[in-house]
Amino acid sequence: MRWFWIDRFTEFVSGKYARAVKCVSLTEEAVDEYCPGYPCLPSSVVIEGMAQTGGLLVGQLSDFRERVVLAKIGHCKFVDIPRPGQRLHFLAEITNLQPNGAYVVGRIERDGELFCEMELMFAFLDDDKFAKVEQFEPAAFLRMLRLLRLFDVAVTESGEPVRIPPHMLEAEKTLLASPIP
Amino acid sequence: MPNQDEVFAKVQEALVDALGVDEDEVQPEATMVGDLGAESIDFLDIIFKLEKAFGFQFKREDLYPEDILTNSQYVQGGRMTAEGLAALKQRMPFADLTRFEQNPAVQEFNNLLTVQDLCNYVAMKVGS
Repeated sequence: MRWFWIDRFTEFVSGKYARAVKCVSLTEEAVDEYCPGYPCLPSSVVIEGMAQTGGLLVGQLSDFRERVVLAKIGHCKFVDIPRPGQRLHFLAEITNLQPNGAYVVGRIERDGELFCEMELMFAFLDDDKFAKVEQFEPAAFLRMLRLLRLFDVAVTESGEPVRIPPHMLEAEKTLLASPIP
Repeated sequence: MPNQDEVFAKVQEALVDALGVDEDEVQPEATMVGDLGAESIDFLDIIFKLEKAFGFQFKREDLYPEDILTNSQYVQGGRMTAEGLAALKQRMPFADLTRFEQNPAVQEFNNLLTVQDLCNYVAMKVGS
């Protein structure tokens, strides 16, 4: 099972906000098995979806070099439970950015109505402590970003397209050129 | 510039929000880690909330000087050296280090910083 809790980005303004969409499907194991007989998307993975939306928004500011981790969930309020067949619209906005972390406010709408809101705090893993720890392998990470269509919609504040970071393209090229094991 | 009461009220609100403690637990003499249960990541959260409340930039390292506490130049056998204490004093002029100086074991540092120290820190930064 892939750990994707959004389906794709629909809007992405670097350093500001990102919108993503998630279609809840009965095909998903988590939906079918979390509460047998009452299919629903667990709240924890809805939060994870916002963490992915907001985390990638924050990570893009460093060309995805910074190791961004979800450190804390502040306020989080759900007004209902997401059910199969529903579409969730995520909006993550950066409200505070520091050299060692960021705060993101998230809102999720369903059928045009507020469904959930939360505050997430992200921390950047310290360079000294985690110098040898790679959070994601760059080529695999780029593949994930492509699947989520991030670069299809991402723009800078002035409206210029956000380019794929060269180090990721290089890693992808190296991977594609390597022999299949 | 906010007065002492205003600083305390905003610090109290930030701590209640960041640490999930009750308002009456946030007393000036309460220690951040020992009494209020703050962990290192909470200091980043507290900084975010203080920035929002005061409109000033603060640094987590000022409140939680992990770089000093884990530096072998400043710590020997689990205790701060004289040089380490001097570095701490320089970093944290707002904190009362008198008790810590008597037993400068690194693990004791966790019980050092109080809510009043935090208020002093905010007042110092906002005042400057």
